[in-house]
Amino acid sequence: MMLYLKLFLSFFKVGLFSIGGGMATVPFLYELSDATGWFTHNDLANMIAVSESTPGPIGANMATYVGFVTGAAQGGTPAALLGAVCATLGLVSPAIIIILIVAKLLKSFRENRYVNDAFYGLRPASTGLIAAAGLSVAMTNLFSPEVFPLLGINWKGILLAAVLWLLTNKVKKTKSLHPILFIGASALVGVLFGMG
Amino acid sequence: MNIYLDLFLTFARVGVMTFGGGYAMLPILQREVVDSKGWATEEELMDYYAIGQCTPGIIAVNTATFIGQKNKGIFGGIIATLGVVFPSLVILSALAGVIEAYSHIGWVQDAFGGVRICVCVLILNAVVKLYKKAVVDKATLAIFLVVALGSYFSSLSPVWFVLAAAAAGIILHTLGGKQK
Repeated sequence: MMLYLKLFLSFFKVGLFSIGGGMATVPFLYELSDATGWFTHNDLANMIAVSESTPGPIGANMATYVGFVTGAAQGGTPAALLGAVCATLGLVSPAIIIILIVAKLLKSFRENRYVNDAFYGLRPASTGLIAAAGLSVAMTNLFSPEVFPLLGINWKGILLAAVLWLLTNKVKKTKSLHPILFIGASALVGVLFGMG
Repeated sequence: MNIYLDLFLTFARVGVMTFGGGYAMLPILQREVVDSKGWATEEELMDYYAIGQCTPGIIAVNTATFIGQKNKGIFGGIIATLGVVFPSLVILSALAGVIEAYSHIGWVQDAFGGVRICVCVLILNAVVKLYKKAVVDKATLAIFLVVALGSYFSSLSPVWFVLAAAAAGIILHTLGGKQK
């Protein structure tokens, strides 16, 4: 019982403080991983990929996934499903409350000086948090003396990352393709070149 | 059809078709909510979407709550939101079980090894996109750097960075007296 309440409250916090889209939940999920040990950093990176590749808003997908896995560790499919529901409801609850309030004051909210000033500071902070989370993912997967024999650097990974960056930013024909195609291609490259 | 059922099913459909985050859902909302159902005008939708991006929570949910409450009050807002996350609950619960069951197999681990590299690049791309909108002058650059480095090198909760940045935004503008 306590676990489900904890899942709900943890995701309530994620929903309350992540601003600007699904990726904004990532830094809070790293914190949750450190604080609870419910899942590892590598699990989390896998969850991000799955959430990007499946229908539905990324944030809701991540909450369901984390809730399911955490519940499953307690025993059985019913526990897993309950975990998924608790985490997802936790994530959306603050949004529902805040939007219902904002909707009542729609005009004054958009024109309020303090609201605009606060968001002037919040936008770069949210971006900075996602950047730090991204750096953590990159460091664990690209540089790890215990895992990669040659100077502790994942050379195959760096090469793949460079190719993906070029394809998603520089090559006209591929840069507007859906992320799922790059995720799928990366999985294939991972299998072919033994990147596990 | 019952209006609540209609709200739930329409937003469930929007949820299924939102593939890869809230930014992908705008054209789908335009078709389903504005053109097909007439629950909001084009302008209202843009307003909701803009506010949804800069209020806490995921954009898809924020926009759904807005449109639901506009048509059927608080209960409508809740129903629309439950609709938009319903497909996630079903699909991810089904997938999570399968993935957990097979995750110990060698080639599955290899596949995820490749996928995690792709996640690094996707996060980098998301950061670059957000950076262009968020970092508009020296003060916002400073906030970005302090938060990024502070969060990476310390174990401080992201919550504190969010609260401090909101305060910094208000203080900077009040002291500087300048308006963007």
